[in-house]
Amino acid sequence: MSEGRQVAINVPVLARVEGEGALEVAAEGGRITDLRLRIYEPPRLFERFLVGRAWHEVPDAVARICGICPVAYQMSAVQALEAAFGVDPGDWVAAMRRVFYCGEWLQSHALHIHLLAAPDFFGYASALEMAGGYPEEVRRGMRLQALGNEIMALFGGRAVHPVGARVGGFHRAPAARDVADLHGRLEAALPEAADLVRWCAAIDLPDSSQDFPSVALRGADYPMNRGRIAATNGLDLHPSEWETCFRETQVPHSTAFHATLDGEPYLVGPLARLNLNADNLPAETASLLGETGLALPSGNPFHGMLARALEIHAALVEAVRILGDYREPDCPYAEVTPTAGVGYGATEAPRGILWHRYATDASGIITDSRIVPPTAQNQARIEDDLRRTLEARGLDAPDDELRRLGEQVIRNYDPCISCATHFLDLTLERG
Amino acid sequence: MTPPASGKPRIAVHKFSSCDGCQLAFLDLGEDLVRLSQMVDIVHFAEAGPVDPEAAVDIAFVEGSIATPDEEARIQRVRANAGTLVTIGACATSGGIQALRNLHDGTQWLADVYPSPAYVESLATSTGIAEHVKVDLELWGCPVNGRQVLAAVRALLWGVPPLPQRDKVCMDCKRDGHVCVLVSQGQPCLGPVTVTGCGALCPAFGRDCYGCYGPAENAHPDALGRRLEGLGLLREDVARRFRFIHSNRGAVGEAGQRWSDEGGEP
Repeated sequence: MSEGRQVAINVPVLARVEGEGALEVAAEGGRITDLRLRIYEPPRLFERFLVGRAWHEVPDAVARICGICPVAYQMSAVQALEAAFGVDPGDWVAAMRRVFYCGEWLQSHALHIHLLAAPDFFGYASALEMAGGYPEEVRRGMRLQALGNEIMALFGGRAVHPVGARVGGFHRAPAARDVADLHGRLEAALPEAADLVRWCAAIDLPDSSQDFPSVALRGADYPMNRGRIAATNGLDLHPSEWETCFRETQVPHSTAFHATLDGEPYLVGPLARLNLNADNLPAETASLLGETGLALPSGNPFHGMLARALEIHAALVEAVRILGDYREPDCPYAEVTPTAGVGYGATEAPRGILWHRYATDASGIITDSRIVPPTAQNQARIEDDLRRTLEARGLDAPDDELRRLGEQVIRNYDPCISCATHFLDLTLERG
Repeated sequence: MTPPASGKPRIAVHKFSSCDGCQLAFLDLGEDLVRLSQMVDIVHFAEAGPVDPEAAVDIAFVEGSIATPDEEARIQRVRANAGTLVTIGACATSGGIQALRNLHDGTQWLADVYPSPAYVESLATSTGIAEHVKVDLELWGCPVNGRQVLAAVRALLWGVPPLPQRDKVCMDCKRDGHVCVLVSQGQPCLGPVTVTGCGALCPAFGRDCYGCYGPAENAHPDALGRRLEGLGLLREDVARRFRFIHSNRGAVGEAGQRWSDEGGEP
């Protein structure tokens, strides 16, 4: 980080996801003197235009922040607004939201592993090239991705910007026969998910051991929609207390804010969740984890892909378990009466904790909003990792190799700028 | 366009200000994506891997709106390099949900969000691609789906102009047998002024359409607005309803201006 150029802030941040990134590194005498992961995704000012909108418009609006994880945005938003209004949607809604979320994890993780990350490890420029050499593996990944999309469509009509979620629950309960049909296909895919875990575990990964706090939700089950905010340094907070320990600062080279925990970079996402919640994995997934020999907690960010594969398996197991007991409810949502208030929501987006806060007036019009996406939280950690990994490799390595390594490090975090890290410009100035 | 006599047609997918959701219309195609990559040369599609943003192509798909000075310049180069330019999704066709800032002081909004707005390169407005360069085909929808993009690719490869979608959401509801949520439940549905293409998803889920596929031809939003007032919506509620995903283009967004405080009687 560029100390001295940070600016402390006390206004809402913008949730800005994906987009184009660049890496700029300056080095002198074998040491990095300056390193910047530049994110220049144009701001879309969601937090600003949510102000003045009605509470019931928020789920459809915030979905548009991210095409890959719209469910996460909807789930953090409805949780925050329900907290503001004192609404408890009940067990059926909680269970179905978990399944809905499982769909997004499946889709997003499978997309990341196969279309974005895996080609690095096999020397291909893209998944489409890799489909030539590894047709079965790539197709298996696409099938898992499609099943995730099907789960989201079951609850929301479509996988991108689904229309089924509302504050209080769902607009419509899926029909039992549609659930039964999908349940059978999800169950049939469990062996494929287990094979994916074994395949990822067999990939020869670079060694790296780094020291950083992992931050994730922690509760009664492997976290998606609920839990307190926990960290490997012992932190334990209610989501409403997030602002007491975490700070966001603006840096000149990024339109995303940098977040720190007690002034230090930290990790969110699949590996952080696994580091904190391995004891809450479903039994079948825990046994697969044992098979892989992965020692936890892990300080090797390259384990992110395996963590993602394990979470694909866990999500599938959970969706099969919950949908196996499916019953249609009398009403798929709790009635909501807006009140003036403030509410907080934190859920585990595929890429890590997604934190929302909304304030409303007595008629439920949004008067203030703040959204902290996972990629902003990982940014400082990514820069820290890049600095260590590139120096460990040696800065006299050829530019091409350093560029590839830098891109690979960034992709470990599945930033919502993954699309753009393929677009990485590496500028290396050697002093 | 005509497929080149030798070699496969070349296509590119460009991203501007957006959520990336419309690119998923390609990335979620599964087996069809592999097949597509065999039928055409995908020369630029950063999220999928290939990067060559300045390459000349037969078809350029453009996702996202123009929201920065750099994007203003970049879209000119995309246009110059493309035989056919196709916009995909709300942002590229109308400026998208982020065009809500056009109704306000966009520069002030930036200052509200960023402590140091000078570090951030941004225009005060978000606008669709057609406000900047000639567009050959527009695929509306927030998001567009795989069926729309594949139909467009097929049609363009065969040199046939794609058939535009003209029906309103209401027509799909009638065909599919959905109960009208406006008439039967009094929900403020935008189906009567919205073009279909989604498959009338919202009414199928028992809820009101919010217009994500954009304004229909010959829409009468003022008449619908009066109906919504009859349901108990305040004028500002109607205005907000009309100004959501597509506030910056078409008859419905324009009606939003008339229904808002500053607009006077519709």
